[in-house]
Amino acid sequence: MVELTLPKNSKIRTGKTWPKPEGATNLREYKIYRWSPDDGENPSIDTYFVDSDDCGPMVLDALLWIKNNIDPTLTLRRSCREGICGSCAMNIDGTNTLACTKGADDINGAVKIYPLPHMPVVKDLVPDLTVPYAQLTSIEPYLKTVSPEPAKEWLQSHEDRQKLDGLYECILCFCCQTSCPSYWWNGERYLGPAVLLQAYRWLIDSRDEATGERLDNLEDPFRLYRCHTIMNCAQTCPKGLNPAKAIAEIKKMMVERHV
Amino acid sequence: MADMRTPLSKVRGLGSTKSGTSHFWAVRVSSAALLPLSLFVIGLVVSLAGSSFVEVRATLGQPLVWVPLMLFILISLEHMRLGMQEVVADYIHNELLKVTLMMLNSFFVVLVGGICAFSLLKIAFGA
Repeated sequence: MVELTLPKNSKIRTGKTWPKPEGATNLREYKIYRWSPDDGENPSIDTYFVDSDDCGPMVLDALLWIKNNIDPTLTLRRSCREGICGSCAMNIDGTNTLACTKGADDINGAVKIYPLPHMPVVKDLVPDLTVPYAQLTSIEPYLKTVSPEPAKEWLQSHEDRQKLDGLYECILCFCCQTSCPSYWWNGERYLGPAVLLQAYRWLIDSRDEATGERLDNLEDPFRLYRCHTIMNCAQTCPKGLNPAKAIAEIKKMMVERHV
Repeated sequence: MADMRTPLSKVRGLGSTKSGTSHFWAVRVSSAALLPLSLFVIGLVVSLAGSSFVEVRATLGQPLVWVPLMLFILISLEHMRLGMQEVVADYIHNELLKVTLMMLNSFFVVLVGGICAFSLLKIAFGA
């Protein structure tokens, strides 16, 4: 059944309020989800105060400021700090987004930060993304061909290349995947918006020769048809992409070969 | 006991059913059919408001009213069955409960359809 309440060991406690930095005048309050696999405790929300005059503008800057100046145990993933690696995806102010491209000034009141929803948590803000990665593997996200390989490259017309715009930009941060209620309820069988967007990226690549097999693998009441165009995916995508549209295009291809 | 299956094995599961498009398409086709039929039925109900039993029975017995009304009932029941099947698949994860509810869903639709069809047939052809 759908889980409307958190399991007992996931119920969130009020955590520690860390002391305000001394001498700071421009303070910003951060309420951050904490959980450690090591102490057997339930998760908690810790409160931190960041000196905005000493810290960069993005939420990621503030998280690193906390890690450097207040609490080195705060755990998160980050790498490129410019919205291209997708590592720092988390739920900020109620929306899944990238901490490195989300400005703290765009948020009113205390900045509330949780890990990506409905995923197992490794520690603090780090979700376990094993299942979505395996799902990505299952759609074989690479060029599949049978024809003999050309001496140089596989050619593609300018028009056909343009069909990949709005798809190739996906950085696989899984903000959309973990914002989708259908994925929350059926995440082990439904492939989810991020993976289906990738699937479509290869379905409409004019160089690919496995379109039919790809459609065969997707045609399933659970793998594809759990999408009910809820549109959370398009709403939340930090790169401004529209996975729901990609999924609708896959459904159109399915109908096209059926009717 | 630790689960030693690989994540990919779990995700691939029992494989693709290579179905689901017929269901998806049937929902769209029945929606398109229900659009004019629903407008007709709403108009019919409004026009019959306040009429006597005898008048209503006489109107429903006319072929040009009877046929679209019957189509409306049968197509909307099928549309409802398809929709409810989706809701069960979305939210019910206990296999036994899921299968039971899907069967009850079909039984309910056939029962209601049977009663409606019998009633309308009786109006059209009964004494």
